[in-house]
Amino acid sequence: MAFVNDVRFEVDKRAILARLKPLLPPESILVDDEELRPYECDGLTAYRAMPLLVVLPETEVQVADILRTCHALKVPVVPRGAATGLSGGAMPHEDGVVLSLARFKKILKIDPLSRTAIVQPGVRNLAVSEAAAPYGLYYAPDPSSQIACTIGGNVAENSGGVHCLKYGLTVHNVLKVRGFTIEGDAVEFGADGLDAAGFDLLALINGSEGLLAVITEVTVKLTPKPELAQVVLAYFDDVQKAGNAVADVIAAGIIPGGLEMMDKKATHAVEPYVKAGYDLDAEAVLLCESDGTPAEVAEEIERMKAVLEKSGATSLVVSQNEADRLRFWAGRKAAFPAVGRITPDYLCMDGTIPRKRLAEMLDAIETLSGKYGLRCANVFHAGDGNLHPLIMYDANQPGELERATSFGSEILELSVRLGGTITGEHGVGVEKVDLMAAQFSPAEIAAFHRLKAAFDPSGLLNPGKGIPTLARCREYTQTRGAASPSPTSTPPRF
Amino acid sequence: MDATLQEWVGRVRDAVETRKTLRIRGGGTKDFYGQVIGGELLDTTAHRGIVTYEPTELVVVARAGTPLAELEATLAEKGQCLPFEPPHFGAGATVGGMVAAGLSGPRRAAVGAVRDYVLGVKMIDGNGDLLSFGGQVMKNVAGYDVPRLMAGSLGTLGLLTEVALKVLPVPVAERTLRFAMSEAEALQKLNQWGGQPLPIAASAWHGDTLTLRLMGAHAAVESAHTTLGGEVVADAQAFWKGLREQTQTFFAGNEPLWRLSVASVTCPLGLPGSTLIEWGGAQRWLRGDQGAEQMRTVASRAGGHAVLFRGDDGLKASAGAFQPLPPPLARIHRNLKQAFDPKGVFNVGRMYPEL
Repeated sequence: MAFVNDVRFEVDKRAILARLKPLLPPESILVDDEELRPYECDGLTAYRAMPLLVVLPETEVQVADILRTCHALKVPVVPRGAATGLSGGAMPHEDGVVLSLARFKKILKIDPLSRTAIVQPGVRNLAVSEAAAPYGLYYAPDPSSQIACTIGGNVAENSGGVHCLKYGLTVHNVLKVRGFTIEGDAVEFGADGLDAAGFDLLALINGSEGLLAVITEVTVKLTPKPELAQVVLAYFDDVQKAGNAVADVIAAGIIPGGLEMMDKKATHAVEPYVKAGYDLDAEAVLLCESDGTPAEVAEEIERMKAVLEKSGATSLVVSQNEADRLRFWAGRKAAFPAVGRITPDYLCMDGTIPRKRLAEMLDAIETLSGKYGLRCANVFHAGDGNLHPLIMYDANQPGELERATSFGSEILELSVRLGGTITGEHGVGVEKVDLMAAQFSPAEIAAFHRLKAAFDPSGLLNPGKGIPTLARCREYTQTRGAASPSPTSTPPRF
Repeated sequence: MDATLQEWVGRVRDAVETRKTLRIRGGGTKDFYGQVIGGELLDTTAHRGIVTYEPTELVVVARAGTPLAELEATLAEKGQCLPFEPPHFGAGATVGGMVAAGLSGPRRAAVGAVRDYVLGVKMIDGNGDLLSFGGQVMKNVAGYDVPRLMAGSLGTLGLLTEVALKVLPVPVAERTLRFAMSEAEALQKLNQWGGQPLPIAASAWHGDTLTLRLMGAHAAVESAHTTLGGEVVADAQAFWKGLREQTQTFFAGNEPLWRLSVASVTCPLGLPGSTLIEWGGAQRWLRGDQGAEQMRTVASRAGGHAVLFRGDDGLKASAGAFQPLPPPLARIHRNLKQAFDPKGVFNVGRMYPEL
């Protein structure tokens, strides 16, 4: 499906090449179609565009030179990491250069005493934890793609994972980001201490989707690895009961290390793939994890079991060893590829809602599934209200992708009406850029554009993504506006 | 729109037209913080009250003028708290002031700062537009993270009207321990302990004594005490409150008070004057007139920055309250001010002269 980027530039490929060639070795510039093809999309494969060029710098000097050149020639730049993103944030711009940070893959320093790691942006998320493991430390945010996704992309998307409720998002686990402005000036956001002088620009860089600066170095916090972790599987004969159980756990003053939920369609997709041993008759399963010292975990698991039983769990299974625990989690972490096996294509939605609205949302998804004639499995970061409906479709069937997209849009619009957001951790990218108008007023969108211009006055970094142009907002309101509720019936929104 | 908000929008638009500046003020408990500024007073205390509080969602929404004490009492009734322990610095501190000042208390190194708990803000920008950013959910990456940007921006980017905050349960067990220890040894130990799965919630070193606070599950606190040893402190609540509110004797008197935010592993700074260390080594308080230039060089070498936290107006005017920014960052700061407050209405000069 085409994404029509309405921010366009007049560029001369030959002139750009002539200026870039002296700056980089020949193997660091990709020009031909067959070399460019692998870059035409990211993890959101439904949307594609061919870039003008791809550059693969290896040093900060090269990054600065490339940016200065593109700035001088007014050429858009799309930064790219491992391209595992699910919102099209790294999809190329047709008039632009893709700046791949894939060769920035050194772990520069692991300092066990200060509990920090300094890494280049192309280092994989899991590699940081592996390098820190000998010191009893790890990097806490663990998106499902952690084997492949890189730290630079994690910062750009403010990635989450299954342990966010207790350990936070990327923004809570990064101390400092070094990078370059579009003008090629080196900048450092954050500090080696816990705060920096001036505005909290580090907070803005996290989740900025490559629209504000190009990241070349990240200092992350490392966390002591808990001595022990155990997970309770709680099965329910009703999704609503499972949702209520989540609120009950939190009301009891427990903050689980992880708190996840899958519905029946999800467990049925997962079980044949990973053989986690899930009960396939249950309507929903909760994974509730405790971590800490052995005594602490024993104390907390007992409290969790008591609450879950009282909330109506039909059965409880506690992991008895690390192999059990990893197998139980493997099912949840493999939910996306497992669904990928039972359908030719799927779209992964990423709305967040207040937890108490879960049952309402799941009912609505069921209804929409009927309306669009498409199956949908639900996995849910229950602890923080982040829902991942997986809409299954077949791109080879005419109209199915469009139906899947409309289905997804309705889910996200409902997320906003329920007091939530269109994206919890996957980013806006190109996928949800129009839906921003469902969540933000024109004045707020305009403020976002001014904020971008404060970092990138020329508007060359990843243009057309993340924040819709005011023209797109108008178009969205005209076509979808009728479906949206009137302002007076909207619950107070933040 | 609420009548107070309507009035505030009017005030902002009027200020733009008449080229006035506004000085935003809640309880006035942090008037000492930052540069001394002029401008017409805009008192936020009338816009108060908790809008929603749902303990099971771990989220509270409050109007900017809500007394911080009222918010904390409401949370305490449900066994919850603001884990970052914001200092009040006097009666009447408000929720909006807490976010705008961006200051966190003793538990900061363990649980995060104000900015880590701000989920959403409603604000009036320098055009007089009422804007809403973020939300009431913990995971939200739609649009730039303006709510966290507002934390610590000292009211220079807009007038906060409402904030949504993440809250957490009060830990079930707590114990405070004391150790006789030199500065160098305390810094070494704090960093070593930080790398172990110990429930250390706060730390303070001063006068060859290290005070350590454990918080968590009963079993965790008990076993950590066994591992670490130390002498149990009886009136621990008063100690940590005195530290948070700067009522301990270290903070008394009129000597300038410097706050150095540095890498936790930084060796003893070796500067003249009295020192108090918090946050596992990452926050160092210094009393005395060591000269701004020296403080800023020392802090910068240690990977951080120095704030003239309390000092007389003359010293603040000459030294500046906050560490000067490198040119590319200063440019981004000016641009952000322009983006949110193009006519320069809000708290002009409170942070830096040009903002």
